[in-house]
Amino acid sequence: MNSIIIIPCYNEEKSIIGVLQEISGQSPQSTVIVIDDGSTDNTSRLVKAYGKAELLKLPINLGIGGAVQTGFKYALMKDFPVAFKLDGDGQHPPGAIQSMLDPLISDSADLVIGTRFSPANQGFKSTLMRRAGIKILQGLCYLLTGMNITDPTSGFRGYSKKAIEFMAQHYPTFDYPEPEEIVLAARNGLRIMEIPVEMRDRQSGISTISSTMSIYYMLKVTLAMIFIFLRPIEKDKK
Amino acid sequence: MLLSMEKIQLIAILGSILFMIGIIELIRRKQIKEAYALLWLIFGTVFVIFSIWKKGLDFLAALVGIYYPPALLFLILILAIVMVLIQFSVVISKNNDRIRNLTQEIALLKNQLETNQQQATKTKTT
Repeated sequence: MNSIIIIPCYNEEKSIIGVLQEISGQSPQSTVIVIDDGSTDNTSRLVKAYGKAELLKLPINLGIGGAVQTGFKYALMKDFPVAFKLDGDGQHPPGAIQSMLDPLISDSADLVIGTRFSPANQGFKSTLMRRAGIKILQGLCYLLTGMNITDPTSGFRGYSKKAIEFMAQHYPTFDYPEPEEIVLAARNGLRIMEIPVEMRDRQSGISTISSTMSIYYMLKVTLAMIFIFLRPIEKDKK
Repeated sequence: MLLSMEKIQLIAILGSILFMIGIIELIRRKQIKEAYALLWLIFGTVFVIFSIWKKGLDFLAALVGIYYPPALLFLILILAIVMVLIQFSVVISKNNDRIRNLTQEIALLKNQLETNQQQATKTKTT
């Protein structure tokens, strides 16, 4: 199945080429698009020099939500039936894409989330604060969607055509959209499924979440998720 | 309880609750982004609390040195307005920068597009 891999990047010059090479090894038939979210380092130059990935260079920094939405718009424009999103920092193993692809092909899910936390994968290390934060978000997700999402902040996701069309228009574009996306998807009739994935530690750079997994972040995300839950179902723009 | 309340307190409670409902509805309809409504929500909540909790208002007013406790509500309201205006000034400044950036990008893109089109017609006619 023709698939596209969306990689939003902000200053990932140290890890992006490694990620791209790994993808061409594991998933050579996928189209790869790197969304450069106004990086101030050599991310774009490296991707252009690499040559085997598409590049969208955003003239201003939109944040991860805006960058990812750009990727969905591209996927929609190019009529891809299936899209994946993974981070440019090397945490998400491209080899897991195949297992995430299966529920999309069999049409049993619209949004597939790669989860670090599964019975088979207890070895994932993280700080206590992060795990506490994730537990709180997990509880919130359950309250607002009735689903038990074990890894609501995971950015490693797969999308069906229906999800691509929806997200191109309605992606949550503020700050850290991962948990909001889940409530939005559930509220608007997209089927969600989690697939266990073995993730790695960030290879370099600073995580956008770890330094801000703070009270302020939790408040903002909680508020956003509640409002998404309260809103009526999105109407499509024709 | 209603009878022992002063008229102004009742008005303050009703007003602040209506305000909160208004703000929440605006957010729900996507006419305000959560980030920009956050200050209104926080101050609205503080307003509702101190409208209802007279003892708390009296205590805080005495703490700050205000003789007439309801004046503290005015102060809170003024603080809210000032903070929101500052937030807006920051956001407007940032947006102006981004608009300038985008405008320049468009001009450069048009230039590139015209150059490409000219080269395309040149190679056609040669």
